[in-house]
Formats: sequence, C-alpha cells, structure tokens
Amino acid sequence: ECPGTGSAQAGRAAACQGCPNQGLCAAGTAGPDPAEAAELRARLRAVRHTVLVLSGKGGVGKSTFSALLAHGLAADETKQVALLDIDICGPSIPKMMGLEGEQVHQSGSGWSPVYVEENLGVMSVGFLLSSPDDAVIWRGPKKNGLIKQFLRDVDWGEVDYLIVDTPPGTSDEHLSIVQYLSAIHIDGAVIVTTPQEVSLQDVRKEINFCRKVKLPIIGVVENMSGFVCPKCKNESQIFPPTTGGAEKMCQNLNVSLLGKVPLDPQIGKSCDRGQSFLAEAPESPATLSYRNIIQRIQEYCEQHHFQEEKIM
Amino acid sequence: TLAERTNLAGVRHILLVLSGKGGVGKSTISTELALALCNAGKRVGILDVDLCGPSIPRMLRVQDSAVHQCDSGWVPVFVGQDKAIALMSIGFLLERPDDAVVWRGPKKNALIKQFVTDVAWGDLDFLIVDTPPGTSDEHISTVEALRPYQLLGAILVTTPQ
Repeated sequence: ECPGTGSAQAGRAAACQGCPNQGLCAAGTAGPDPAEAAELRARLRAVRHTVLVLSGKGGVGKSTFSALLAHGLAADETKQVALLDIDICGPSIPKMMGLEGEQVHQSGSGWSPVYVEENLGVMSVGFLLSSPDDAVIWRGPKKNGLIKQFLRDVDWGEVDYLIVDTPPGTSDEHLSIVQYLSAIHIDGAVIVTTPQEVSLQDVRKEINFCRKVKLPIIGVVENMSGFVCPKCKNESQIFPPTTGGAEKMCQNLNVSLLGKVPLDPQIGKSCDRGQSFLAEAPESPATLSYRNIIQRIQEYCEQHHFQEEKIM
Repeated sequence: TLAERTNLAGVRHILLVLSGKGGVGKSTISTELALALCNAGKRVGILDVDLCGPSIPRMLRVQDSAVHQCDSGWVPVFVGQDKAIALMSIGFLLERPDDAVVWRGPKKNALIKQFVTDVAWGDLDFLIVDTPPGTSDEHISTVEALRPYQLLGAILVTTPQ
C-alpha cells in the first residue's frame, strides 16, 4: 500500500521497497534533523506570532497583502514586525517596501534585516542580488538551503509578528518553510485569491496542502473583488465570480472568509512606488477592507496565544 | 537520430510561453494561441507543465478527462470544437481536482521529462508549452528535455506594472 507521495513515510515505508518512485519520494521528505531544529528554535525563540501568506495561484496579491499586513501591524509602534520574503525566483517585497537596492549587512549576531521603520524589518533574496534583473535559476534543494539560512542566520531579534510571503504553488518553498518552522509555532496561514474559478481551483489545492501538513488556516482574502468607478460610482466585476467566488468556496470548505478587497488602481501604483497603500489612500474602500482583515488576523493571533498560555 | 525516432519527431515547431510573474495570463494566452492556430488550419498541441496549478484543462472544458496509455506512451486528450487540439496536463492525472500536488523539485523534474518524451503527440505543426511562474525546476527541466529538438522560441507574457 503506497503511503502516499506526500506523506512523511513517502519512500521510507516497507511498501516502498522496489517501487520505481522510491528514490524520488525519499529524496523529498527530509525535514530538519534534530540538531538543525534546535538551532532554528533557538534563533526564533523570541518570535511571538508567525503568519504564512499563501495562495497556490500566482498574481493574486500575496506580496501586496504581506506588505500591507506588515505596515498595518507596524503602525502600532510598540509591536516589532518582521517580513520574510521566500519567493526566491520572483521576490516582490523589496520593491513594494521601497527597499530596492538595499543590501544585507552581516554582524556578529548574523544577517541584519533591512529596516523600513524601526519596528519593521525585511529579508528577501532580492537584497542578495547584484542587479534586480538577475534571474535566480535554482532548483529546489538550493532554494531550500537559502530559506533555511533566512531562518537560521538572520538576527531577527524580538519579534511580535513574523509574516512570511511565499511564491505561488505547493512545492519546495512551501514544504520547507512548514518543516523548518515546525521547530517553533505557526499561528496559521492566510490564503489569498481572486474571485474567478481559475484562481479558486488552485486555492482549493492550497487549502488541501494546509490540511495535509496540519497548518491552521486563519482565513481567505479575496482580492480584486469588484471595481467601483471613482467617477460614475458604477460597480463592475472585472473578474466575475462565475462559481460563487471565495465566499462560496469558503462555505464549501468550512474556512473563514476574512474579507473582500475591491480593485483600486492606486494599490498597484503604491506597490510600484514602494509606498504603503494604506497611508497613500486612507479613504479608499480597499483600505477599509484591508484594515478590517488585518484586525481579524491580529485578533486570531492574540486569541490563539491566550489559549496556548491557558493550556500551558 | 534520436530526435527522429521519438514522440516529438512529428512536431514541427515548439513554443514556450513564459513569464516569471504569476497571474499575468500565460495559460490564457497559451489557450487562445492554440485555438487561433487551430482555427487557421494548423495541427496544435498544448503541453501544460504547471504541476502545482494546471489551468489549461478547465480553460478547454476537459477538467474531468482522463488519459490513456498506448504503445508509444500517453495518449493526449483531444479538445476543442473539432477535438483537434492535443492536450497533456497533470490535471488529468489527479484523482480529485482539489488534490494538491505537493512535490519537491526532483519529482517534478521526473514527470516533466516524461511529459516531454512520453506523450504520443503524432504530427503537429505547433506544440505550445505552458509553464508555471518562476525560473526553477519546471523551467530548467523543460528546456533541458527539449534541447534535442527544434525550439522555435519563447513568448514572454507580462502586465503593465
């Protein structure tokens, strides 16, 4: 009986002997060894909450949301926020945070994150490239190695919220981050989508991925959800929810819909310019949506922490 | 030569559709390009190497199809109005459409090699290869597996921002 290609036993179960896929399955399942896990635990000991931003589908607004979540949480100056970009091939965070051209500095205690504000630090492969157009053409194992370094060698210090922005898909980066962060505690995942079925079909896979690896799902964010013309105030569905959008999907799969964010051309502009959309367009309906969603995420994390402490 | 005796021997032109960025319309363009070429009387095939997020089956309304084997390998699914476009996608190999393909690089590479060499494409004027976002395993493996053949070139898709 095949244990399943995604299971922890893949390639290692008795039933795997002689299977032509055995080598491949076994190659993919190594998690951090106990020594590594201890190292990661020590380094990330002072991180209170960790949120993964996932999708499955590309171009739905994961990085945009990660950046705004970071800005939103860091608005409280008493909170220390860290934004880790593990999209190795297409790192968008440096540009969105206005940090293009910045480099990573080493200190005695490790790599220093690049600070946007005193209480908002960022790390991305983008900071390690000599030119922004350099392609990072790496296979999985090399990407995994860098992700491990980001967690082990960056001196994050005391962090209230660690936000991890991911690339689209359900592959090396996603498996690795979940495995490496199992050394500490992940509060949960925020899954981003757009209303159309072509996005939702990938997002359902991502939800199944989360369930497979036992990653709690904080909820789903539906971006590009309608457009209100600033001139005539008419509302259009630019990406029509032909199968009921995120709302229907969330009902069907019993996950929380954190909110819907309408399209606003200012969002893309702010991202291109490295500015916080929340600060640039405080009156936009999209800003209101984002703020509500951020608040719900905060409440989820705080409540979770409280429950954990109760148990302990 | 090796190239002459393989499943790609009858394919005249191979086109890669790439981006780097996700969600810009690679699969959409691949599909529309295939349909347009087919309308113009060309024999067309689509190879969907996006293993994590295969979009092409739904775009051509064949998300519920299954693939069969023949002596020379996998038989592609024939789609479109006249069933004239040959399509291969991991979407057809999943037991359930919501099953996540949670594979690391080496496993993805193995399947991509199989998709390139073990699909009985027959005679095609154009084989369009749709890719996932990024510059990683899928892209390296696809280009490596296609190296012995005549690659027409790559179309890069973007959006304005």
